[in-house]
Amino acid sequence: MSAEIASVATAGPTRSQTVGVSLRLEQVSKRYGLLYALRDLSLQIRAGEFVLLLGPNGCGKTTLLRVAARLSQPTSGRVVLEGVASETTASMRTVGYVGHQTLLYDELTGAENLRFFARLYGIHSEPLLEEWLRAAELWLRRNDLVRTYSRGMRQRLSIARALLHDPGLILLDEPTTGLDQSGLAWLGGALARLKQQGKTIVASTHSREALAELATRCVTLAAGTVVSDTQSQHSAQQ
Amino acid sequence: MGIGAATYWILAKELRTELRTRELLHTTVVFVLLVVVLFSFTFEPTREESRRYGPGLLWLALLFAGSLMLQPAFIREQNNDTLSALRLAPIASLAIFLGKALASFVFLTVAELFLLPIFAALYGVAILPVLGEILVVLALGTLGMVTTGTVFAAIGVQARMRELLLPLLLLPLLVPVLIASVSATASLLALEPSMDWTAMKFLIGFDVIYLAASALLFEFLLED
Repeated sequence: MSAEIASVATAGPTRSQTVGVSLRLEQVSKRYGLLYALRDLSLQIRAGEFVLLLGPNGCGKTTLLRVAARLSQPTSGRVVLEGVASETTASMRTVGYVGHQTLLYDELTGAENLRFFARLYGIHSEPLLEEWLRAAELWLRRNDLVRTYSRGMRQRLSIARALLHDPGLILLDEPTTGLDQSGLAWLGGALARLKQQGKTIVASTHSREALAELATRCVTLAAGTVVSDTQSQHSAQQ
Repeated sequence: MGIGAATYWILAKELRTELRTRELLHTTVVFVLLVVVLFSFTFEPTREESRRYGPGLLWLALLFAGSLMLQPAFIREQNNDTLSALRLAPIASLAIFLGKALASFVFLTVAELFLLPIFAALYGVAILPVLGEILVVLALGTLGMVTTGTVFAAIGVQARMRELLLPLLLLPLLVPVLIASVSATASLLALEPSMDWTAMKFLIGFDVIYLAASALLFEFLLED
């Protein structure tokens, strides 16, 4: 994908005032009834790292990302965003999250969706919204309802929504799902730019190949625990 | 971002979405009109009977309409997991509650404004001389319904049998509000209209207590 990534590496606004933050999970467990989704999981992710979360379905990747985003409270253990006071709006501004679902309103247009979330983050800059809509290649479709968008268009808008407040920690849950080659190339370009900006990125994926050349580290989960934690081959070559 | 501004943006989003789809408004308005019209043809009430039974029928129709309307308030946020996006934003959970509750209040008020003249015509009750007072009673009763209903809609959204859960939890809790609302409305529609201050004080007290309890508890209701 490298040539494709290079060709779209300008995707996304060029300015960023936020650098990556480090994330530490300390003996985190998450239980749903009797089932452990995460079990005593400890993981330290340094600022600026691009970590791929790998593992089969049900191994705890989504739960880990939701716990890291503070969308889900751990049953035990703690999550620390270093350099950011916890449980404050500052910590919420630090995280950009792309979920399994789009986190977008189907009955609003692309522009209305971005504007709504921008306002919740206290962003009132219309030029910034235009920049993101253009970066997501949705400027011409900005006034169409999201429900009329293709899967790739929704995913691009979803990523724009997650990034428009310039977060330092970006959590992506299966961001490649349903994307065609051009969608994958766009995603690769956007992530390459974020990596260049020094953001901390954690992405779960089933297909290591799609994002492997960007990752600096691969963490494999099984049954809610880390079973392998290695430097990425591409990172080692670099 | 302050609670006021966040509430405003969420309310604006709710209104824009509803004006575009008109799912809730159409369903609710048609439902309340149907109930009131059906009862009037079934009973063919005299004016005296209308004064006695009318307020109860009016609030019964509004209660069913309210429970129809409140259910989707949070289910809509589940479709694309947009509730997570709201929870990720640096805003107080109270703003999500207030935005949702205010939107439901607006929708139910619109349904009531459709309902009132038709209710007055079908049941032969004189509403115009006490219109201001009736609107105050409707506003207080509606506020009680949407406050409680929004909290239970949020509780029910993660439950498997949520369609059953909301009415089961909501209706018993709303009984005091309904009794007070019916009593205040009946006093206003009586031959010699008067304001039932005991019922009004009860309605105001209920609204204040439920708003305060919701403000304190709502953050925990949204947790995974």
